[in-house]
Amino acid sequence: MDLANNLQVLFQGFALGSIYALVALGFVLIIRATNVVNFAQGDFAMVGAYILVIFLNFLKIPYAWAFLISLICMALFGLLFNYGVYFPLRNRSYLPVLISTLGASIFLQNSTLAIFGAQPKLLPKVFNVDGLLIAGVFLDSQYLVILVVTVACVLFQYFFFEHTLLGKKIQAVSQDKDMARLLGIPVALMIAITFIYSAVLGGLAGVLVGPILFVSIGMGSIIALKAFAATIIGGFGDVKGAIVGGIFIGVVESFAAYYISVPFKDAYAFAILFVVLIFLPQGFFGEKISQKA
Amino acid sequence: MANPVNSNSNPAQLNTKHNSWLSALLIVFALSLPLVVWILPVSSFVITMLMQSSTYAIAILGMVVVLGYTGQINLAQAAFFGFGAYSVALGTTQYGLSFWAALLIGALSAGCAGAILGLTTLRLGGHYLAMITISFQQIFDLVAVNWIGFTHGPDGISGIARPFLGPIVLSDDRAYLTLCTLTLYCLIVLVWYLPKTRLGLAMRSIRENELASEVGGIYTLKIKVIAFTLCATFAGIGGGLFAGGFAYISPDNFNFSRAIEFLSMALLGGVQSAFGGVLGTTLLILLPEWLKQVPPDLQFIKDVYLAFYGLAVVLIMIFMPEGIWGLINKIWPNLGFKLIKQIRYHSTFKLVSIESGEKVILEIKNLTKNFGGLKAVDNLSIKVSRGTVHALIGPNGSGKTTTLNLISGIYQQSSGQIYADAIELSDAEPHERASQGVARTFQNIRLFSHMTVLENVMVGAQRFNNPALHISPPKTTQGCALEAISFVGLESKQNELVINLPYGHQRLVEIARAIAGHPKLLLLDEPAAGLNQTEKGELVELLKKLKVEHGLTIFLIDHDMKLVGGVSDVITVLNFGSKIAEGSPDQVLNHPEVIKAYLGDSNATS
Repeated sequence: MDLANNLQVLFQGFALGSIYALVALGFVLIIRATNVVNFAQGDFAMVGAYILVIFLNFLKIPYAWAFLISLICMALFGLLFNYGVYFPLRNRSYLPVLISTLGASIFLQNSTLAIFGAQPKLLPKVFNVDGLLIAGVFLDSQYLVILVVTVACVLFQYFFFEHTLLGKKIQAVSQDKDMARLLGIPVALMIAITFIYSAVLGGLAGVLVGPILFVSIGMGSIIALKAFAATIIGGFGDVKGAIVGGIFIGVVESFAAYYISVPFKDAYAFAILFVVLIFLPQGFFGEKISQKA
Repeated sequence: MANPVNSNSNPAQLNTKHNSWLSALLIVFALSLPLVVWILPVSSFVITMLMQSSTYAIAILGMVVVLGYTGQINLAQAAFFGFGAYSVALGTTQYGLSFWAALLIGALSAGCAGAILGLTTLRLGGHYLAMITISFQQIFDLVAVNWIGFTHGPDGISGIARPFLGPIVLSDDRAYLTLCTLTLYCLIVLVWYLPKTRLGLAMRSIRENELASEVGGIYTLKIKVIAFTLCATFAGIGGGLFAGGFAYISPDNFNFSRAIEFLSMALLGGVQSAFGGVLGTTLLILLPEWLKQVPPDLQFIKDVYLAFYGLAVVLIMIFMPEGIWGLINKIWPNLGFKLIKQIRYHSTFKLVSIESGEKVILEIKNLTKNFGGLKAVDNLSIKVSRGTVHALIGPNGSGKTTTLNLISGIYQQSSGQIYADAIELSDAEPHERASQGVARTFQNIRLFSHMTVLENVMVGAQRFNNPALHISPPKTTQGCALEAISFVGLESKQNELVINLPYGHQRLVEIARAIAGHPKLLLLDEPAAGLNQTEKGELVELLKKLKVEHGLTIFLIDHDMKLVGGVSDVITVLNFGSKIAEGSPDQVLNHPEVIKAYLGDSNATS
């Protein structure tokens, strides 16, 4: 196998991994704010992609506007999700919330199926060019966009949490809700903002990956499973871990699909996950889990 | 003399009588159901549906054990169901096995898969488990579809033969249905009875409070793996019977959607009860059939029934967390055949202790615990003598609770050793320390809220190595629990759910739970927090009695100096994780360092 082919696979792995990382970031945010995994996180990507399909393919709005409107819709969707699925259960243990998000995921997928049918939809690329050919490696324009957007989101998120008051308030809520409430931080609002932001992140991932994977009902759940595997591999609830874990899975998966077998492409992430859980249960960057008495 | 408790219990008894008739009627009805297909002319379609219900229901019973009783999520039940089905299908059609052998292999292989999955993930807890079971489900689906050489891929396997049972041929649909129903009934009885057993109590206590269970002596990982294995085995049996019943299987019988259906069925009916699980299964299998009767302009509902499942799951979680069976139970409280009666027990509590002769019962040596850069406990050494009450005091944040958590094994020390009765416990798991006779209570009460007082205390009494269970004549677990309950004065409340008790009584239940296991050493974390003056006085009497009459060694933390001074023989004072004073109450409470630590410098000099 020559170098160019390997580089090609590596590049694809990085781009796919960036998508996992984007969704994983959304996971981590909600885990940190509510201590609960949102099993509908992947469906945020699916919903985002379908919203873009509506504006672009049915309403024929110019791409840039459709893109923007879709993200705004996703923000509203995140708010709705917060009040419909999380908020009524906020004082219960994690299990009811987890099951509730799972139910929401099934509901979203199957109601989308009822509206749009099983036929996958097509989305155009962000830039209407094929890509660049550098040293025998073809860099697809959509993949490049994905990489750039992921880097931008990571930088934004770092700045937001470390250098803005709002970001610090959200962090305070995630560390100790009661204390934050006593300090006058509106906890429910902060959690709502977290849901809005992670819905937008998820939508962004869906919109960007749509042209590559087709827009289909199941697109979100498979991305989400890998993104969640990424959060575990990287270290549960750790931002850096989510990004590294996501890219790690993307790269390993691309190489394994290239060298071993394509039909089992989706199984590799889980195989890695099993191995990591057995030998390194706290992930790459996570702290050892301990309970408070 | 009128006893208010007795007069209250009269209407409840009447209610029980009335409902036992209703219950008996239901049992007769259920038992006669399998006969109906033999007596009345029933279409083969109905028989097929009943076969589907009964085999699914067996898998749902597994969900009741793992999700309802133990509080652990399992989203791979369809895959375990598939293990059973594929074993029967491949075993009988490809490898010439008999149906029964193949069914056995199916149940065992599903059980093994469940055990392996559980062993790798259950120590990590809920979210991981959800994720891993989904992954496992997806991998199962990928293998079933893509490994065509073994599983026959998407085409599936047909021509699965039905077995003989001695002289009876089960190829007749009605005979096979009877087999499925009888299996189901046996398993229902098993699952219904389980919560009252030792294992079932342990499972439920894990659901209610895992940390308290572990510290109370339950090997939580083992119990969770057992629950998971049972759950998977049930699915394997259900799947095997399913394959025989339908003679044809394909991968879409065992995919993630099916796992979600299983979850919805369990939740709708009521996942905490065997009856609820079966009810939910039957309803959700009948529902799509009923939807076929709806008018044409509502036909779309049929196509998106999974969307409704999803919505139903969210709504059930929000409005009806205990499912339909939970609602029924609220209307007829005793329909679930809960065998609750007030037990009178006349023997009184007497601590059974095995004297080993060591004077120092607990020794901690050079114990240090770092949280990041913070030294919560710094090179601390304490010796607690047998038969004394030893108090650990200090200002807020001085490392008292951390020390207690290190002793009971909830935290792992950064360095140093812990010995109980000269046995090193430094690296032991919390449940192993409990089985060495170290019991504790918690500052923020950690009881099993949705279990009765008696059940809570029984969990404490059934700890491994409880000496009272091995004396002659041996006591029963229930006996130990009842004695401890009357010792703290709560015998009239034995069947109350703990969550309904006032705060002061909950504190007493924690103490009863700890002493029911007849420990050598009792650790109390702020036992007087939140109690009023009268209750504090009663607590002091109780502790004195435990020390003087029963010789129990107590190591306690509290802020109330009057209480600490009143009961303690020795007091150790901590500040910033280090020992600053130790001695009798008089010595310590007048020690200048101690006054400085509590009241600051200026007060000490003035």
